[in-house]
Amino acid sequence: MRKVLALLLVLAVGAGFCAVLAEIPFGEDKVDVANHYVNNGLKETGAANIVTSVVVTYRGFDTLGEVTILFIAAIGLGAVLFSEKKAGDKEKEEASLIVRTGSKLLFPFIILFGAYIFMHGHLTPGGGFQGGAVIASGFLLMYLAWPARVAGRKRFSVVESLAGLAFVAVGILGIIYGAGFLANFLPLGTRYALLSAGVIPIIYVAIGLKVGAEFAGMVGDLMGRE
Amino acid sequence: MEEIANYMYYFGGGGLILIGLYMVLAKTNLIKIILGLSFLDTGTHVLLIAIGYVRGRTAPIFSKGMAETTPVVDPVPQALVLTAIVIGVGVIALALALAIRVYRHYGTLDVRKMKGLKW
Repeated sequence: MRKVLALLLVLAVGAGFCAVLAEIPFGEDKVDVANHYVNNGLKETGAANIVTSVVVTYRGFDTLGEVTILFIAAIGLGAVLFSEKKAGDKEKEEASLIVRTGSKLLFPFIILFGAYIFMHGHLTPGGGFQGGAVIASGFLLMYLAWPARVAGRKRFSVVESLAGLAFVAVGILGIIYGAGFLANFLPLGTRYALLSAGVIPIIYVAIGLKVGAEFAGMVGDLMGRE
Repeated sequence: MEEIANYMYYFGGGGLILIGLYMVLAKTNLIKIILGLSFLDTGTHVLLIAIGYVRGRTAPIFSKGMAETTPVVDPVPQALVLTAIVIGVGVIALALALAIRVYRHYGTLDVRKMKGLKW
């Protein structure tokens, strides 16, 4: 009965989708906002990656809110699992020699790759969120190799908080020296150079560290259980 | 037939959304419901990116030796999906943590057997 009802609802929603999407032509130019970003983004922000200039500059406030949501999710996860910390106090098996050696070798390179991705967010595909996720995957590998030595949640929290503060501080400096909150107040520099595009690299490094620490903390929280 | 080929990505994204919706509605295992949420998420991402695509254009990333007037696709949905993916991961992680708590409390992941949910 339930399944039939669910199927009926899904079919109704599907029909709605078809009706709406049939009106949206595939593969055609639709919005003017995008054209403004594409035509002026390079001049206005100095970032070669237009997606980055949209995320960090044009919709920077939105990104701040989104980082806050992620922060709340991480806090919520820690709070939900907190009281069980003593329950899962069992002997943990170490991983095999191959896993331990391999992860020890790979870990610095994974961190380096993550840092590369978030530092070059304004030039190449990637950015703070992607780089942060790569860094967290490095920590996941470490957790798998050494389940007993779950690294300090506190250290992650410190990095996370400082990075979040740096993000907001850059925004407030934008009010003082620039046009408004999160506005650019540094010179745009040479196009396609690593140190260019004003505050975008600074913000993306902050986001990268914050997301990396948050995800690593989340993984640690979930790994702490059985 | 041509219609289907033109709207293939819409069908893919919409199909994923519908599968996720069905899983959320009809499944009784909490983990499967959370998987359904993940499907919903992914379907939305595919749909948004497909809507932002413009035929014959390249990725919105300029580089040296590339004319600044090169036509590129709509960057806005890509930026939105970039943030939505991260949010999705946070939401799924939180949901899984809640599922762990629920399992500890009720000893089961079957939503039909959770007494507090009956009215």
